[in-house]
Amino acid sequence: MTEYEAVIGLEVHGQLNTRTKMFCGCSTAFGAPPNTHVCPVCLGMPGALPVPNRRAIELAVRVGRALDCELFATSQFARKNYFYPDLAKGYQISQFELPLNGKGELTVELDGSPLAIGITRIHLEEDAAKNMHGVGGETLVDFNRAGVPLMEVVSEPDLRTAAQAEAYLKKLREVFLFCGANDGNLEEGSFRCDANVSIRPVGQARFGTRVELKNINSFRFVRLAIEFEIARQTALIAAGGEVVQETRTYSDARNETISMRGKEEAHDYRYFPDPDLPPLVLPEEMLARVTVPEQADAIRARFVASGLSSGAAMVLTSHPAFARYTDTVIAAGANAKTAANFIQAEVLRHARTDGLEATFPVPAERVAELLALVADGTINGKIAKDVFSQMVTSRRPPAAIIEEQGLAQVTDRGAIAQVVDQVLSDNPSQVAKYREGKTNLLGFFVGQVMKATQGQANPKVVNELLRERL
Amino acid sequence: MNRRNGLQTPSEGTARTRRYLDRIARHDGELNAFLHVDGEGALAPAAPGPLSGWVVAVKDNICTRGQKTTCGSNMLANFVSPYDAHVVTRLRANGATLIGKTNLDEFAMGSSGENSAFGATRNPHDLARVPGGSSSGSAAAVAAGLCDAALGSDTGGSVRQPAAFCGVTGIKPTHGRVSRYGLVAFASSLDQIGTLARDVRSAATLLTAISGHDPRDATSASRAVDDFAPQGVRGLRIGVLKGDLEREGNDERVVAGIQRAAKALEAEGATLVDVALPSAAHAVSAYYLIAPCEASSNLARFDGIRYGARASAADLRATYEETRARGFGPEVKRRIMLGTYALSSGYYDAYYLRAQKLRTLIRRDYESAFASCDVILGPTAPAPAFSLGERTDDPLSMYLADIYTLPASLAGLPAISTPCGFTEDGLPLAAQFVAPAFEERLAISAAAAIERSLGPFDVAPRYADGLPRSLSAGAA
Ligand SMILES: [Zn+2]
Repeated sequence: MTEYEAVIGLEVHGQLNTRTKMFCGCSTAFGAPPNTHVCPVCLGMPGALPVPNRRAIELAVRVGRALDCELFATSQFARKNYFYPDLAKGYQISQFELPLNGKGELTVELDGSPLAIGITRIHLEEDAAKNMHGVGGETLVDFNRAGVPLMEVVSEPDLRTAAQAEAYLKKLREVFLFCGANDGNLEEGSFRCDANVSIRPVGQARFGTRVELKNINSFRFVRLAIEFEIARQTALIAAGGEVVQETRTYSDARNETISMRGKEEAHDYRYFPDPDLPPLVLPEEMLARVTVPEQADAIRARFVASGLSSGAAMVLTSHPAFARYTDTVIAAGANAKTAANFIQAEVLRHARTDGLEATFPVPAERVAELLALVADGTINGKIAKDVFSQMVTSRRPPAAIIEEQGLAQVTDRGAIAQVVDQVLSDNPSQVAKYREGKTNLLGFFVGQVMKATQGQANPKVVNELLRERL
Repeated sequence: MNRRNGLQTPSEGTARTRRYLDRIARHDGELNAFLHVDGEGALAPAAPGPLSGWVVAVKDNICTRGQKTTCGSNMLANFVSPYDAHVVTRLRANGATLIGKTNLDEFAMGSSGENSAFGATRNPHDLARVPGGSSSGSAAAVAAGLCDAALGSDTGGSVRQPAAFCGVTGIKPTHGRVSRYGLVAFASSLDQIGTLARDVRSAATLLTAISGHDPRDATSASRAVDDFAPQGVRGLRIGVLKGDLEREGNDERVVAGIQRAAKALEAEGATLVDVALPSAAHAVSAYYLIAPCEASSNLARFDGIRYGARASAADLRATYEETRARGFGPEVKRRIMLGTYALSSGYYDAYYLRAQKLRTLIRRDYESAFASCDVILGPTAPAPAFSLGERTDDPLSMYLADIYTLPASLAGLPAISTPCGFTEDGLPLAAQFVAPAFEERLAISAAAAIERSLGPFDVAPRYADGLPRSLSAGAA
């Protein structure tokens, strides 16, 4: 029986993290009332002209560098012509023959071994508007999204399995995030993926007929859609049929792919260089300035080298803001491992991510202060958690909370000795049992002393004094 | 007040505007140069500035806020732009009075003014003849003295050729010299806003006011703008396009006019050299591919969805088809189809790319010609104004009317058309000067020299009565 393998290539559209649109000054903020972030340019009014967004170009250059892409000092915007109500000008400004970035590579780790996936190109383009169907029987168009800057990252057809595709997408999303270029939000559509899937007999060099899977909005669905498509195509060919070149979409309700349009309905986009936009020549000054921020892999390696478990390193690099927070706490003097444990156990519970940003309940510097107070013995770890809870609600510095509530650890031997004596005289029978040999009652006495001191007694001193007296 | 204009008081300005409004009321019925006249706006006080008192008309493919911008098309018959074009902002800031919007070939596609959805414009020198196009209304309005000056747009000769037919001066500046923001695009890589006036200095003054960098147009040049006022031509090397003069099909009166202009320049101290542009023979083919290709894309936005006319039809596709079938006239459709075809997969290399290569060759021809001269002299059009209806059934002969204006458009160079005499039956003849990029002043100076020797060329004789005095210091 013939064995088949799948050939998968991915096209990812990432919204570039800019305040304004690709070719006009309108805001890119998500969720505004319809048609409030619009102007003559993004509405395609007669006579309006596009001017490229410098920041968007810089971010795409950054991602290109992170993916080791060949960077073209001169690229060209082109018009992709087709009619649709969500396309204000009757063409989309994109890049065609001369993209910003050429060939590059992304290495993913799968089952413990690295796999290099080729990148074909990265180009800049503008987003379309949003059609809203069925509003009172009509289709309305919201142009807030029209002209939002996008980068399209096209992979080589190097992927062979759905799992590889999923790993590639997750890794690419991580690169986007750590470049500060894209917030990786699949649900809001700022990170979108199309997959080209074909199958061929193992050993055959020629590609099979490919099917394009469009509009898949989660990593899991990408995997499921590709898995379904591979199975569908394999069954079709094994049964002597032929795969039809078409565009399909994934229905999660039915867990299957559904045909959207065939090849005969494919557009001839009549690409040509946009005469409104001169060739995009990257200024030397920009090339010198745009550097790639430290990427997640490098940060993880650094964290592990400073004593963190690989699990902790993974959690703390799951968002660039978490990594920055951890670095700030450590830089302020906290022990790396202690800081990592505390951030994971306490801080992240209260942290909220919002795109590329995250809000933390307490500034990193304050957490460092708190951990310093544990380190110097002012408070113990248990009190530290209570103090942190109060820092979250009162937003006051840890030293002030400790001072005000007298939470500082008692290390004064005299003071603790008084309590120890009291506890011993209050529990004569337990003292007797201990002396008869039930030494595991030590814990009971420690507990009583801590209770009497509201947890503030230095546990080491308590133990020493109890042993002395018993 | 500014020494360059002769306006004494604001009320004198209002009086001039009233006189122009009266003249429009009296004469535009037969000319059809204006599509909309903004009497109220024109009489409102203008900002003080170098163009104080100037009454200026604007071609109706240049956006004016709060006033219709129709592009001479049913598609935009009721369209009001939400913003002012950059040049309109500049005119207002310089104190100009905007009197109205002028007729044009639909979306600036045409060489006779006959392609307007709102009727043809007539030539003030002979009402049976075309004024040229596509800035037909601007040229006719200036020639008939319905305004001091006007803005036009020139894609392949649309300022220069009607200027030539109507006996006025028309300047097409270097591509990038004037912002296109707010000019409804026909062919972006060729489109350029230009000026028309009854004398060279006025056209140059108006050009100075609208030139300069605009961050909203990515193709706008960031070069500083000089004063475009003409200078002497002593020592200027004038390249004469001998080949163009000897070309079969030229009207001999046009050729005689150019020879007269050349002699006048020599008399003023310029030297004449023969130059040639061998690739310019392909300009018509290159232009009629590049311009329709860009137009097919530029005009895609007129789909009836967001603004403009919309036909009601059963579904989306039918809505597009009906809207565009009804909204566009035949010449616009012809060019959209031509451009769509030429950009189609499988034809792109053979048509669009080859046309671009021809364009490069033409550009290089100019570069070598400018090695031996400062400015190039030739005819603006092969013949004087033709009769209305004469060429409407023959697009090809219509396209040939642009043969001498296209090369400078394809090369993006500044060019000026200025009168150099009349035929025996009173039709204007014109000379064209082309200069190197951003050397508008050289072409303007050469044009001013022949105006001094062979002019003045004023308003068309039948409209001479009651013309307000020119405000331009250099005017006769
Ligand atoms: Zn906008």
